[in-house]
Amino acid sequence: MSGATAVADASRLAVGASPARTRAAFRLSRGALCSLPVGLTLLLGFVAPLATVAAYAFATPKSFDVFRSFTLTNFASIFDPANTVWQSFVWSLGLAVLTVVALAVVAYPIAWGLARSFGRWSGFISVLFVFPLFVSENVRLYGWTLFFLKNGVLDGTLKLVGGAGPEVLYTPGAILFGMVYVYLPFMLFPMTLGLAMVPKDLVEAARDLGASRLLIWREIELPLATPGVLIGMLLTFVLAVGAVAESKVLGGQSVIVITHDIEIAFTYAQNWPLGSALALLLTVIVGALSLAALAKLDLDRILGRR
Amino acid sequence: MTAAAFASPPAPSPLPEALPILQLVGVRKTFGAFAAVERIDLDIRDGEFLTIVGPSGSGKTTLLRMLAGMEAPSEGDISLRGVRINETPPARRPTCLVFQSLALFPHKTVGENIEFPLKVKKVSPAARKSRALELLRLVQLPESYYAKNVMQCSGGERQRVALARALAYDPDVLFFDEPLSALDYKLKKVMEKELKDLHRLSGKTFVYITHSLEEAMVMSDRIGVMRAGRLVQVGTPEEIYTQPSTKFVAEFMGEVNVFDAVRAEGGWRIDGVDGPATLNLPSALREADAAAVVVRPEFLRFVEGPAGAQNRLTGVVFNEYALGSRIQYQVRVGEKTFLLELSRANAWRGKPGDAAIIGWDARDAIVVAA
Repeated sequence: MSGATAVADASRLAVGASPARTRAAFRLSRGALCSLPVGLTLLLGFVAPLATVAAYAFATPKSFDVFRSFTLTNFASIFDPANTVWQSFVWSLGLAVLTVVALAVVAYPIAWGLARSFGRWSGFISVLFVFPLFVSENVRLYGWTLFFLKNGVLDGTLKLVGGAGPEVLYTPGAILFGMVYVYLPFMLFPMTLGLAMVPKDLVEAARDLGASRLLIWREIELPLATPGVLIGMLLTFVLAVGAVAESKVLGGQSVIVITHDIEIAFTYAQNWPLGSALALLLTVIVGALSLAALAKLDLDRILGRR
Repeated sequence: MTAAAFASPPAPSPLPEALPILQLVGVRKTFGAFAAVERIDLDIRDGEFLTIVGPSGSGKTTLLRMLAGMEAPSEGDISLRGVRINETPPARRPTCLVFQSLALFPHKTVGENIEFPLKVKKVSPAARKSRALELLRLVQLPESYYAKNVMQCSGGERQRVALARALAYDPDVLFFDEPLSALDYKLKKVMEKELKDLHRLSGKTFVYITHSLEEAMVMSDRIGVMRAGRLVQVGTPEEIYTQPSTKFVAEFMGEVNVFDAVRAEGGWRIDGVDGPATLNLPSALREADAAAVVVRPEFLRFVEGPAGAQNRLTGVVFNEYALGSRIQYQVRVGEKTFLLELSRANAWRGKPGDAAIIGWDARDAIVVAA
């Protein structure tokens, strides 16, 4: 076979192959096609705003020079020792941690009951816990304000019987109460699912092997319910860090949380770059904490699939 | 298997008159209006392998759960070595149940699973580990399995881990709730024999429930047959096989020919079969008896002349089935179907569709309550 024929063969092969390859490149797989709507939505509704916020964080303070200026002044002013905005971060994160801890303690028994002992009442009780979600959060919080207000429901009733109501409204305690109340369903349902996933005969077997209730809880029930419990904690933590209505309505001005600071920067202060820098910082902190928790949450190992 | 895993050598076969380890007197269990278990009296002997057999819904699982302490009887008494234990919780009974699902802890390793009852008893970690390794050897799993995730084990291996965990609890009585039902046939046969060997080695009392009489036959010292919440018959495999007390027990045993005997002039004949076939029975039936007759397929044979057998029926061979060393024939007589089994060496020379006379001798038939 001569060299020239070989070259001609090769070129014909290349010509023959190229249209097929081009078609393959433009034809999306069925999976990619199905994920197209959600992909586009995420791109426009999640990535684009986030990118804009990130860009604004590096813009000249009190300007709208986004994409045209680059400066770290916003971050410098946040980390300036004279600035007290760190207190807002501490309040937000601290309240979120306390909310999660309180929710875990409050929700666990209810979740256990829903998964194990309420039987046919479980559905009804679940609906009771979901029902408040149908009412606007602000309306519910103002309801609690009326309840805790001086001469309000609690104070007024106690006065009638000769006592005095506690001064709870506009304190950090009231904020915590509001957050625990508002985010209860978000802890309760993942937790219930987690507990429902624990096979009943494992608990029975452990009891048969002589284990006490405490030991069964520690060795069997809690580890196997961990996925649900952790997801509930993560969800409520993220929600609670971003909470602002509770501190405004129930906390008055006693505490300024970070989301409130961000809001002020975007509205009254008209300082979008500073607000963006704060938002970006908060996103990074919450993201890092969540990823750290998710790394610990090895679903496959917990479920014994690996 | 090594006998070293048990401190004391196993006792020889238990004496029948020894004090029962578990005793049930008039035990009844109701759920609402439904009685799952109806007045059961049963003595479980120390060291025996007792199997309770019955179809699903016969109440055998409920009976076992009462013995294990997971349900309390509605009526009657359960006693352990003479002490009433009706309400004693499972944790305070020297018994252990191997669940149908095995109930292994999926988030723990094989070693942690086996050590669980020892951890409960606050045994030191070193002692726990050496006992776990000993038990792994006993159930014929390699020591390397100690650190393996239990969910990575195969069905048969999980079976062994569950067994090792139960033995680590060191109970006097082990209960088994159909633990072999999920295994394939071959592995099941292997595990049946291993379980029986383990029973011999450990000298513990085993109470096993299953819906398979075949399984029960291989392993048990005694078998109890349950039907609709009642114990129909309790006896050795030999007794159950040769002297089934009722038609139900006989039919439950697998492929047998069971037919109702009806009164005819001058004697008894088979219900549903026309003709002059008067039955020759091993024992005389009284007038009032409603009786069924059981003839095993291997006792039926093809006969040539009129003198071939004491009972004879003329029918048509419908089909034949090869069972390896044996061949089964389905013979239709009137509206009744009979199963006949021959060794391959004595195979019948005809072909399906041929007419044939089948027969059996009176002593090969068993008369049972209908």
